[in-house]
Amino acid sequence: MAVTFAFAETRGGELRKVAFEAVTAARQAADASGGGEVHALVVGAPGIASKAEALGRYGADVIVVVEHAGLERYNPEVAAATAAERLRAGQYRAAFFSASAEGRDLAPRVAAKLGVGLASDVTAFEIQGDSLLAQHPAYTGKIIVTLRLTGTPAIVSLRPGATPAAEQPGAARIERAAPAVDPGTSRVVVTELAQQTGAKLDLGEAPVIVSGGRGLRAAEHFALVEQLADAFGNAAVGATRAVTDDGWRPATDQIGQTGRVVSPELYVAVGISGAIQHLAGMRTAKTIVAINKDKDAPIFKVADYGIVGDLFEILPRLTEEVRKVRGNQ
Amino acid sequence: MKVAVCLKRVPEMELRFSISADRKSLEQAGLKYEISDFDGYALEVGLQLVERAGAGDVVVLCLGPDGVQETLRKALAMGATRAVQLKADEVPFDGLAIAAALAAELKGGEYDLILFGRMATDTASGTVGPMVAELLGLPCVTAISHLDIADGQGTARRDLEGAAETVRFTLPAVLTIDEGIARPRLATLKGIMAAKKKPLETKPAALGEARVTVEAMALPPERSGPRFVGEGAEAVPELVRRLRTEAKVL
Repeated sequence: MAVTFAFAETRGGELRKVAFEAVTAARQAADASGGGEVHALVVGAPGIASKAEALGRYGADVIVVVEHAGLERYNPEVAAATAAERLRAGQYRAAFFSASAEGRDLAPRVAAKLGVGLASDVTAFEIQGDSLLAQHPAYTGKIIVTLRLTGTPAIVSLRPGATPAAEQPGAARIERAAPAVDPGTSRVVVTELAQQTGAKLDLGEAPVIVSGGRGLRAAEHFALVEQLADAFGNAAVGATRAVTDDGWRPATDQIGQTGRVVSPELYVAVGISGAIQHLAGMRTAKTIVAINKDKDAPIFKVADYGIVGDLFEILPRLTEEVRKVRGNQ
Repeated sequence: MKVAVCLKRVPEMELRFSISADRKSLEQAGLKYEISDFDGYALEVGLQLVERAGAGDVVVLCLGPDGVQETLRKALAMGATRAVQLKADEVPFDGLAIAAALAAELKGGEYDLILFGRMATDTASGTVGPMVAELLGLPCVTAISHLDIADGQGTARRDLEGAAETVRFTLPAVLTIDEGIARPRLATLKGIMAAKKKPLETKPAALGEARVTVEAMALPPERSGPRFVGEGAEAVPELVRRLRTEAKVL
């Protein structure tokens, strides 16, 4: 029996998709160690408790809700102190965060406060006796490192999308807690959160990503990529670094080592040659489709399905076919 | 203005990596090294802050074997004032062990800012900066893409998934730097000559206890592809069929 912990991220008063992924992973870890409770921590402004209940349907047994008027936006010092306080108080086997921008900020602080091991950006994990084994793609994804974490709690930040959220029957009890430190005394304060306008689905949350590279030849040709994304209905649009450097797409669309690291169900790479820096950001996608005129392009080495040819002919046809399939669903 | 910049020496990522016979480490032969990308940005930010302040020091630190002295000399050539090597035969995969060694060296240094890259390009963990901040009890802002410092206060921008945060913080602080904030300068010949006379101190690294160890290294699972579905637009219906029936993603 082992109790596990999940930090459930919120933004703008809503739970994020990665919150459900963290709870799902904590459920799996608890089940793998003989079955025990999953405790989820939710920190936010008053009202977040009503949203937090949904975590019970993903395997949380206890939802610890910390509501405070000063916690409308992410507060790293309060979140870290509160998570650490909770983890110190219980016999937690493992603690799961997301390797999102917020989780990557938070998890190391918590690990340092507790003096325990942390594995970052984890794509798979396993409980083995007293250890937790975690897989982490390193060296721009060219090497999969398995890390052994000893001591408890083992702290893990999960690559978004790599451990998909799974519903299961159940309900959780809500526990209220106070912030471990007064939000008014924070030395680091998020004064503004600007949501990107126009962005439909976020790259980290979209099950499908259609991504474009230099092969599109001009910014306006991204319309073809957007049309295909629209046809899928659940797709976000990504781009290579070359494209964002040239200003064809905003920098936040960049997928790669220096941009976003994504793990969608389906990744469609259009006119992308497959530079190492780009592959590092997408090679853990479940299924990869590549469309490129050069059959020797490195992107085909990581692709599951490839079409060689002129993307300006292929893309409109693919959009049409996907639209047909989606239309019948 | 006194700034510390923690650098990591990493293998050039364009190279082909192979795994040693122990299945736990990389084959070292043939590796070439450079300053980790994001750390180069952090160094440039540090240099510019001190230049703008008109006075101060940029101290660069690097943990690792003697090979890192070359990395530190390069940083000195770019304009850092002095360098410290925290000597260790190898750099562990445990962020907290590294952070303990860096924090022990940085403690009492009275730095206004301690800068890191957002993450090292080899281990891609991005944990050491915020861990050092915790160990030193300093405020920390990670992965910043814009920075303003005035009157003992800082304002930074962090890019999130589909959003951006503006963050205010007090100095002294630990910051980790994302790319794009300032392009690292090239060392001039004059800088390279001057660097030879700048102080480079070597001390043993007081690495903390290892709680994270490498169990195994492996190449990523081979994809069965590339399964070329065909050429041109005629191949599209077959692709769609396979995405539905084989991959089941459509």
